[in-house]
Amino acid sequence: MNEQKTPQEQRYARLVDELTPGSRHLRGCLRAFWVGGLICAIGQALTMLARTLELGELTAPMFTSCALIFLGTTLTGIGVYDRIGKYAGAGSVVPITGFANSVAAPAIEFRREGMVLGLGAKLFQIAGPVLTYGISASIVVGLVYWAVKEWFL
Amino acid sequence: MRVGERTFLYDRPPRVAAHASIVGPKESEGPLAAWFDEVSRDDLFGQKTWEMGESEMLRRCVARAMTDADVVPEDAQALFSGDLNDQIIATGFAARALGVPLVGLYGACSTFVEGLVLAAALVSGGYLQNALCAASSHFCTAERQFRFPLEMGTQRPPSAQWTATAAGCALLAAEEGPGLHVTAGTLGRIVDRKIKDANHMGAAMAPAVEATILAHLDDTGAAADDFDLIATGDLGWIGREILLRLLRERGRPLPPEKLVDCGASLFFQEQDTHAGGSGCGCVAAVSCGWLMKRMERGELKRVLLVGSGAMLSPTSTMQAETIPGIAYAARLEVQ
Amino acid sequence: MEVFWDLVKAFVVGGLICVVGQVLIQTTKLTNARILVLFVTAGVFLTALGVYKPLVDFAGAGATVPLTGFGYSLAMGAIEAVNSYGVLGALAGGVTRAAAGIAAAIFFGLLNALIFKPKAKP
Repeated sequence: MNEQKTPQEQRYARLVDELTPGSRHLRGCLRAFWVGGLICAIGQALTMLARTLELGELTAPMFTSCALIFLGTTLTGIGVYDRIGKYAGAGSVVPITGFANSVAAPAIEFRREGMVLGLGAKLFQIAGPVLTYGISASIVVGLVYWAVKEWFL
Repeated sequence: MRVGERTFLYDRPPRVAAHASIVGPKESEGPLAAWFDEVSRDDLFGQKTWEMGESEMLRRCVARAMTDADVVPEDAQALFSGDLNDQIIATGFAARALGVPLVGLYGACSTFVEGLVLAAALVSGGYLQNALCAASSHFCTAERQFRFPLEMGTQRPPSAQWTATAAGCALLAAEEGPGLHVTAGTLGRIVDRKIKDANHMGAAMAPAVEATILAHLDDTGAAADDFDLIATGDLGWIGREILLRLLRERGRPLPPEKLVDCGASLFFQEQDTHAGGSGCGCVAAVSCGWLMKRMERGELKRVLLVGSGAMLSPTSTMQAETIPGIAYAARLEVQ
Repeated sequence: MEVFWDLVKAFVVGGLICVVGQVLIQTTKLTNARILVLFVTAGVFLTALGVYKPLVDFAGAGATVPLTGFGYSLAMGAIEAVNSYGVLGALAGGVTRAAAGIAAAIFFGLLNALIFKPKAKP
């Protein structure tokens, strides 16, 4: 169905665009900014807390991630995160709490389809692609880095 | 009798002997709340899963229509019904509980009107003495099937419609005399103007609705003025504007006050449903709860009910196919 | 005082990264899933190009908390592991460094699903 649009279809597409109200860009961006910023600031505060607890350079960010992920999944469970998401859009999708939300949401929703193919499989509905492409990209980067180091340096 | 391109004029127009409507919690806060026969505060309708909840809502709605018309399940001759779930399970399980002969239909949101057109033909032709036409939809079942899990923090675009948690059922009977009758029906043809955005159903369906309205008027030699109301389900606020514009550009303008959209009527704009309601149950509940009651009160004499469906599936959306739209029309008249 | 400025930097940089996502959502109709995938991979490649590390040094959690920061962990892990273990490090490094986050998300996700029930939206 990817053939060219006829002139009539092009005209219709323009008509639809004209009559469809756009998102309110500025408002959406402001909301995303302050909510996303706040989540990151909480992360920063957690990192500082980790430092006072004398966690190491690698353990401190790990502590931060795990704490934020715990926060994200819990807020999802009690039905708050979807409301934050409706308000903040990318402000609550892009931070790691959004990743936690994308893991917890399908897990809760599909539990009724069973523990294995419901909860267990659907838990990765969105996290799956994120891990697939994130990990693959890191492997590509590692291999290129290795090749450059081996042959050019 | 078949006339014109795709219209039936029923020789013995069946009477709408009873009708019933049920809606969920959010719909019960909308402008039409007082018109519905039953309003549930419970999204699950006492069941364990959303799917079984929807099925129970549909079953209750059909049972209510039968009770109102004093028809026991053993005497009900056919149930024409459908919903949005994969393999129309809400309908299948409801029909299992009811034990009524079933004609399972899928026309997406047009299912209710599709059922009316078919059932009226069979009743008019003498094959059935009575027929139940029903449809249901549930926000929670549709959301998890077509979009994302409910707990996901997503933002819906302004063009998105809100699948209504609702069911409607009309009981047609082979009876003459005064009352509300289904007098004509028009089949739908798929119209696809290559809209791909699954969050813009109104745009995908409006051209099909336009084609079916014009086909019905041309086939029956009627004009828009002959109707008190043309009711579409469910284009939403944006789709309704698109339809008005399409008709105007075609040189067959429709006065805006004559065009009512079920999806745009079900919710207040403040309820944040974006473009309005949608789903099989929306047009079914709004026509059974609101339009048919208004007709019986004598406020409306003749209504053209146009149900429109977007014949997409999650698979076709993922495969980046365009959205085929369809629309069926049924003419309701008080005699 | 330094603590305050660290918080402000995290707030502003993190907020701006989210605004990039918001602009993408509003103009391209990308779904959440695609935004997440895009940000992780972008984080990996920006780190490889040497662009992201200075941002992390500057903004701390403002750069590590957004999903691009997850990509940063993956890429840094892979690069450091190549330094220590050679070519096999490219395979092991990324996941090793991000393991705690991934495991936490899976485990807390599982616990949540066992405790809570799905709710309808208001």
